Amino acid sequence: MNDVNAAGFPVLSLITFLPLVGAGILCLLHGEDEAAMRNVRWAALWTSLLTFVISLVLWDKFDVSTAGYQFRESAEWLPEFGVGYRMGVDGISVLFVLLATALTPICILASWDSIKVRVREYMIAFLVLETMMIGMFCAADFVLFYVFFEGVLIPMYLIIGIWGGPRRVYAAIKFFLFTLAGSVLMLLALLAMWNFAGTTDIPTLLKTQFPAGMQTWLFLAFLASFAVKVPMWPVHTWLPDAHVEAPTAGSVILAGVLLKMGAYGFLRFSVPMLPLASSQLSPWIFAFSVTAVVYTSLVAFAQTDMKKLIAYSSVAHMGVVTIGIFTVNVQGVSGALFQMLSHGIVSGALFLCVGVVYDRIHTRDIARYGGLADRMPAYALLFLLFTMASIGLPGTSGFVGEFLVLVGAFQVNFWLALLGSLGMILGAVYMLYLYRRIIFGRITRDDLRAILDLSPREIAVFAPLVVLTLWMGVYPSSFSNFWDASVSAMVEHHQAALKSTVTLATAVKP
Amino acid sequence: MNWIVALPEIVLALLGMVILLTGVLQKQQNSFHLASMMTVGAFLLTALLIVVGADGAGYHGQFTSDHFSTFVQLLILAASSLAVIGSLDYNEHANLRRFEFPVLVLFATVGMLVMAGASNLMTLYVGLELQSLSIYVLAAFARDELRSSEAGLKYFVLGSLASGLLLYGISLVYGFSGSMQFEKLAMTLTDPTKVSAGLIVGIVFIVAGLAFKVSAVPFHMWTPDVYEGAPTPVTLLMGTAPKVAAMALLVRAMATPFGHLLAQWQQLIVLVSIASMLWGALAAIGQKNIKRLMAYSSIGHMGYVLVGLAAGTPNGIRGVLIYLVTYVFMNAGTFACIIAMRRRGRSLEQISDLGGLGKTDPALAMWLAVFMFSMAGIPPFSGFWGKYFIFTAAVQSGLWALAVIGVLTSVVGAFYYIRIIKVMYFDAPEAAFDRRPASLSTLAAGTGLFTTLFFVFPAPLVGAAEAAAKVLFG
Repeated sequence: MNDVNAAGFPVLSLITFLPLVGAGILCLLHGEDEAAMRNVRWAALWTSLLTFVISLVLWDKFDVSTAGYQFRESAEWLPEFGVGYRMGVDGISVLFVLLATALTPICILASWDSIKVRVREYMIAFLVLETMMIGMFCAADFVLFYVFFEGVLIPMYLIIGIWGGPRRVYAAIKFFLFTLAGSVLMLLALLAMWNFAGTTDIPTLLKTQFPAGMQTWLFLAFLASFAVKVPMWPVHTWLPDAHVEAPTAGSVILAGVLLKMGAYGFLRFSVPMLPLASSQLSPWIFAFSVTAVVYTSLVAFAQTDMKKLIAYSSVAHMGVVTIGIFTVNVQGVSGALFQMLSHGIVSGALFLCVGVVYDRIHTRDIARYGGLADRMPAYALLFLLFTMASIGLPGTSGFVGEFLVLVGAFQVNFWLALLGSLGMILGAVYMLYLYRRIIFGRITRDDLRAILDLSPREIAVFAPLVVLTLWMGVYPSSFSNFWDASVSAMVEHHQAALKSTVTLATAVKP
Repeated sequence: MNWIVALPEIVLALLGMVILLTGVLQKQQNSFHLASMMTVGAFLLTALLIVVGADGAGYHGQFTSDHFSTFVQLLILAASSLAVIGSLDYNEHANLRRFEFPVLVLFATVGMLVMAGASNLMTLYVGLELQSLSIYVLAAFARDELRSSEAGLKYFVLGSLASGLLLYGISLVYGFSGSMQFEKLAMTLTDPTKVSAGLIVGIVFIVAGLAFKVSAVPFHMWTPDVYEGAPTPVTLLMGTAPKVAAMALLVRAMATPFGHLLAQWQQLIVLVSIASMLWGALAAIGQKNIKRLMAYSSIGHMGYVLVGLAAGTPNGIRGVLIYLVTYVFMNAGTFACIIAMRRRGRSLEQISDLGGLGKTDPALAMWLAVFMFSMAGIPPFSGFWGKYFIFTAAVQSGLWALAVIGVLTSVVGAFYYIRIIKVMYFDAPEAAFDRRPASLSTLAAGTGLFTTLFFVFPAPLVGAAEAAAKVLFG
């Protein structure tokens, strides 16, 4: 191994597999009584916190001036196939690793009281999920990526199916099969790429030029996988079901990290590896994304279930992300990355907000609420902040991403940007409407009169999210700094690849 | 005459007779246990002999020992041992404590070992018949039970038909090419003028006969009934070792003597493979009995294995071998879990009986979940890697239609596998199962650990499979 690791120790493997070790320890903790459950909760929390603290090394030691992979590790796995255990992060992936390590302890803390049955299994599932998520963002080998990408299904299937709501079985199976159907086609694309390039090393694949005809097929196979994961319209239908039925923390991690996996896939594979196909087919992506933005915003407006409303708003926000990615200019891609991070935090926080009142009243029906501002001022304030961030108010994280994406979209097409910005307006409509119906007005129900404001544990859950939302909104460059070099390298590479094909085509023509 | 190449088979057969004698001389109560232990010991000894034994051809080219046969034979011995271990507890409870049981398994295994080393169509047939006859008896072993007798009879009648087809195919091949020796056939058939229509018909019959043994569509009809009716340890055996042996036979027959006729038999295999994958996935959806479900699941798995054969390359055969290894272990593990499904001494077979197992028996539920995820092909479990190597070969050979159909049917298949997990974890708990004996726990945990940890260090197995596959292509 000649790569110099800035951290001095295999930090990526450590943070990837530390949660798994924690899960193994939880398996050994026996007992069913309350004390044992408390031990399980604390052990899970400490594991995830320790992982988070170690992952801060990435924040500290990451060299923002270079575009390539850093903290690289490699070990032999299947050498004759060119498949290896290769890990590494670049500017595009590093913050998602941090997002995953930051959200997991928050999720564990958020399910402290609300998960009462099979606590140990729940915590094990969450820690395994964390391993899969971190591993996926750290993988610098396509097969390794695929293993983690698919592996996510197992804990998530169990989390939705065991601790979910009344229709959890339907939602879990739908989630599993939708995602699997997409992923297996990606597996074939992976094999085709390996067959062509002889390796599954991602940095090598990024430099490989695939023939134009092959690119289209590969692109479609990737699209099948990532579009389901993002999710793009019209394959988004699993998401509202999964969100509504999943326990609060499951929704948080689903919206916060798992949806980013699809967009990350586009950024990592589709756009840089298949430049011709992605520029040819980008009008289709734009069409689907704009449809997602406008249509799902309207659908969100009509919802009566809080979680479903936020789930549909996620589809709309992710539509903005895919627009940004496929503009393939610096503003668009950075905007998409920013929007991904911001959405990860804000929609996670919104699901937590729903969880707070759901834990108290046990319904998500919007009509059951109203006038919470009287009884829960702190909660009203937090909810307002995240509502504003979701709308994209300047000063919050939501604004920066959407604005940059729209700037990028303008360079591509005026109508694209116009329709994209329509999403922001509609977003304001349904989010403010939601907020008004829950927080303002008079308290009419008896159980709401006795509702309690946030507990210290809940404040501890929300505090980091508040800080991040404002920090990202006020001083965005401390985040965008990380990916500037990688994004410009990627955009340049893309333009160069397109240009070389154009000159080739004109040279061939008589 | 280089008789030493068949030494492991000879030793195993002799040991079988010794165990038979010992069983007769023992008292009724402990003869079953003793014979089982001795059988496992005999399997281990044979495995050792196979590993240290010399490679080469013997008996005027009728029997070979090479990397391929070694790989397959070790796998068969492992599968048979797992079946014997699985039978220990089941037979105690089902009142099948007869020492003939392990002995029959042993003789079936001798047949399978012969199949793996056969390099002559006649040897092939003899090995196959020895294996089949033993398993016909095993399927009907619970003779007081209607379903078991029916299974044995059904298997016998249909199996004889398949043997007839096979034999007819062999005679046609012999008649049109003048030889039954694999090597001579291969040499003769390099000359395209020697390939007559009659020979092709003969090959089709051979493929049909062997497709019956691996239960590939459209020769699968016996599978669900026989799987359901036979005692569960016998189902475990039928689902693993004979499948490996028959598949190895098919692979060797297609690759060595008929290797030059790839264009002719490839379409046949592709068709059978697609039909098996589709039917295995679709027909399993409606099943309520878990043994029937496993029957359809095995049909589907054989479809995937045939994808590797259809590729017709060393990489394809390597995929076949790796798939078979992963298949044997996850299948044996699943049947170990099925054997453990017992309440107040009664064996259960309905999927709904698994309700809430995640709560009542977390360890068993976890292993069964591992096997189900693995069979569905979800990484990091071993089942995914089997599919990975199979589809690698298909992609390399440009069999895109097969690959796409394969992955899509695997999604359909995933539905019924995760439905079992749903029953175990999402449904309300039923009453707990009886305490399971250590033998079953060990069996489930051992195969489960293999299935889970295969991905950590796959290179040695992949290397061995590669060496084995290369032999067939000289």
